[in-house]
Amino acid sequence: MAERTHKTIESGAPDPMPYMHPVMRKNYGKWVFHSHPKPGVLYHRAESGDEIWTVKAGTQRQMDHYTIRKLADIADQYGDGYVRFTARSNIEFMVADQAKVEPLIKALQDNGFPVGGTANSVSMIAHTQGWLHCDIPGTDASGVVKALMDELYDEFVKCEMPNRVKLSTSCCEINCGGQADIAIIVQHTKPPKINHDLVANVCERPAVVARCPVAAIRPALVNGKPSLEVDERKCVCCGACYPPCPPMQINDPEHSKIAIWVGGKNSNARSRPTFHKLVAAGLPNNPPRWPEVAEVVKKILAVYKADGRPWERMSDWIDRIGWPAFFEKTGLPFTKYHIDNWRGARNSLNASTHIRF
Amino acid sequence: MAKQMHHTPNLDELESGPWPSFVTGLKRLAQENDMMVDLLGQLETSYKNRFGYWKGGTVGVIGYGAGVIPRFTELKDESGKPLFPEAAEFHTLRVQPPAGMHYTSDLLRQLCDAWLETGGSGLIAFHGQSGDIMFQGIKAENVQAAFDRLNQMGFDLGGAGPALRTSMSCVGAARCEMSCYDEARALRTVINNNLDDMHRPSLPYKFKFKFSGCPNDCVNSIQRSDMAIIGTWRDNIRVNEQIARDWMAAHSMEDLINMVVNHCPTKAIQLKKNDGAPAGEGVSRVAVSDEHCIEIDNHNCVRCMHCLNVMPGALLPGKDKGVTILVGGKGVLKIGATMGTVIVPFMKLESDEDFEKLNDLARNVLDFFAENALEHERTGEMIERIGLVNFLEGIGLEVDPNMVIHPRTNPYVRTDGWDEEAEKWFERKRAAA
Repeated sequence: MAERTHKTIESGAPDPMPYMHPVMRKNYGKWVFHSHPKPGVLYHRAESGDEIWTVKAGTQRQMDHYTIRKLADIADQYGDGYVRFTARSNIEFMVADQAKVEPLIKALQDNGFPVGGTANSVSMIAHTQGWLHCDIPGTDASGVVKALMDELYDEFVKCEMPNRVKLSTSCCEINCGGQADIAIIVQHTKPPKINHDLVANVCERPAVVARCPVAAIRPALVNGKPSLEVDERKCVCCGACYPPCPPMQINDPEHSKIAIWVGGKNSNARSRPTFHKLVAAGLPNNPPRWPEVAEVVKKILAVYKADGRPWERMSDWIDRIGWPAFFEKTGLPFTKYHIDNWRGARNSLNASTHIRF
Repeated sequence: MAKQMHHTPNLDELESGPWPSFVTGLKRLAQENDMMVDLLGQLETSYKNRFGYWKGGTVGVIGYGAGVIPRFTELKDESGKPLFPEAAEFHTLRVQPPAGMHYTSDLLRQLCDAWLETGGSGLIAFHGQSGDIMFQGIKAENVQAAFDRLNQMGFDLGGAGPALRTSMSCVGAARCEMSCYDEARALRTVINNNLDDMHRPSLPYKFKFKFSGCPNDCVNSIQRSDMAIIGTWRDNIRVNEQIARDWMAAHSMEDLINMVVNHCPTKAIQLKKNDGAPAGEGVSRVAVSDEHCIEIDNHNCVRCMHCLNVMPGALLPGKDKGVTILVGGKGVLKIGATMGTVIVPFMKLESDEDFEKLNDLARNVLDFFAENALEHERTGEMIERIGLVNFLEGIGLEVDPNMVIHPRTNPYVRTDGWDEEAEKWFERKRAAA
């Protein structure tokens, strides 16, 4: 190998100014108005009177360089050469000339990029790495998202929901996809299967014991070898032991199921931010298109769309109608698993006679 | 080159449908890259067996202890030979994007070129959940060259492991009237002054900062970061009567009541007759028509953003802007998800000194975390274990009623220092007066 001549520059996060649209740079911190002319398009006006239009499009997030170059070419030919990505992997093209908006939309659509994801639409699903690149995944990420966004395509390109809808998927219970109006998360249903031949060599046993949220793991001698054992009556099948100790295999093609959670919201608008709540579990991990998951997600979205009032996020809507009505309207079963028994659980019980009939 | 493609019936199913297909992209890359041929083989195996086949390891660049995510295949035959040898190593480089994720078309092409010309697969994710550009698929032998090339372009690796992590800020001041501070500057101040903790992981566990320009919190700082810096303001909501009238003309009284007034969480908005009466102290008043105006009681407004979101431009954040800082947000492991909670109700973030103060606070919190958290314990869990008051005393912040939803509901506390503590409160009140 040739001798390395470059000396690392610990430069950190780059300055965005050289890559920012000149109108945005000029009016930095001086915006006074925005509107939403149509799905996928935002209009912003600055104090100076300067205007900028943004066209938002969905991407597959994991992009081959041909796709990225295609987006760059579209930015040059139909836009002003400036783009940015959102936290949900949508791409935004900014143009200073309104006349560029429609040709830009057409170019994106002609090349297979859906234009939408603004305001009260269902935005792109925040997702993780899954089978493509994660070392502990219970399912895939990009595939689940592709399959679901195919189903939710119309809701991305239209804006017909009561308020914005943010979805996430996570391929294990660590939930890297994050809180969302609807979150799709792997839920293991069996304790880890332990390969006792490997534990002593691979795992730092006290660290693994310490990871367990319910203290179900203890050191043990198994077949004369130092290993770990799990009290399966206490185990909550969370998989926390698996990353630090891969011989404690938690993933199972049959028993790693998928759960659906609703009502997470990070915005402070109206109510305080909320965590999503479990509404459905036991759905099969069924590649390549996870139809059972799509069915439940679509059912919840349809009820919310029909019943939610303007500007109510999923959590606002459920707050108004109450959880019994949520289960009634969606047809989802309410089970003993919905009642929390983790720390702080009593705070989620109904300590009142507030009951809707 | 041009290795025979594997049979991928499951993945092929993901090429149909209207949403852009990552599988089609992987196949395009496989036309000229054997690593991607075998990557497709491994991924198809996962789809068929419903099982993941990557394990971690140790791969890095000189001088750094983090930023590369190593992946080695676990799909091997009985003699230990990889079933998909070209993708037996499929490492990722996490690279910090420009704050706010702005790119020129040329920069996107240059990133693609740099990746391809140094042995990368051609696959890039914009972006990972922490906000990194993820350059996915490279062999260990090429990692240093790929990093050097990106580093020469002005890019640096991101965080991984028990370290300061790559950060995110919203579009903010670049294109949003809700922005209450310079998010990109704040991000670069805090992150770039603490890079040692990113590149050489030695914290108890990960630590994330996130920067949102207003309480809409578009980068989800309150749930996804150990220290959330969220823009807000102290003075009255600004109003623009013309835009308010335009809004009303395009809507109706029903909309005003149902979509604006009724959704105010603290009932701070009232519909009033437009009788020309002046707005009282702390009140924002704006006519929406010749007959009606709305009045907002700013002292009772919690800056939730709802009415500003519904009537953009008609209602705007005040001029006395700054940030609220919350600490302790995190995901599930180990104690369950925790939300960030207030440790600084308001601080200005405008002058050089203000930014320095933010940086000092960030460093102070990082140091306290480094010294006091247990191994694999996040900041939120540490605060749960030691109590907020111990944390505040540790970093030298005073208690404030904005830090709680309500005072304690149990008597299990020693209060023999009551008089001294009460005097501190009065002392602070006098100092502030």
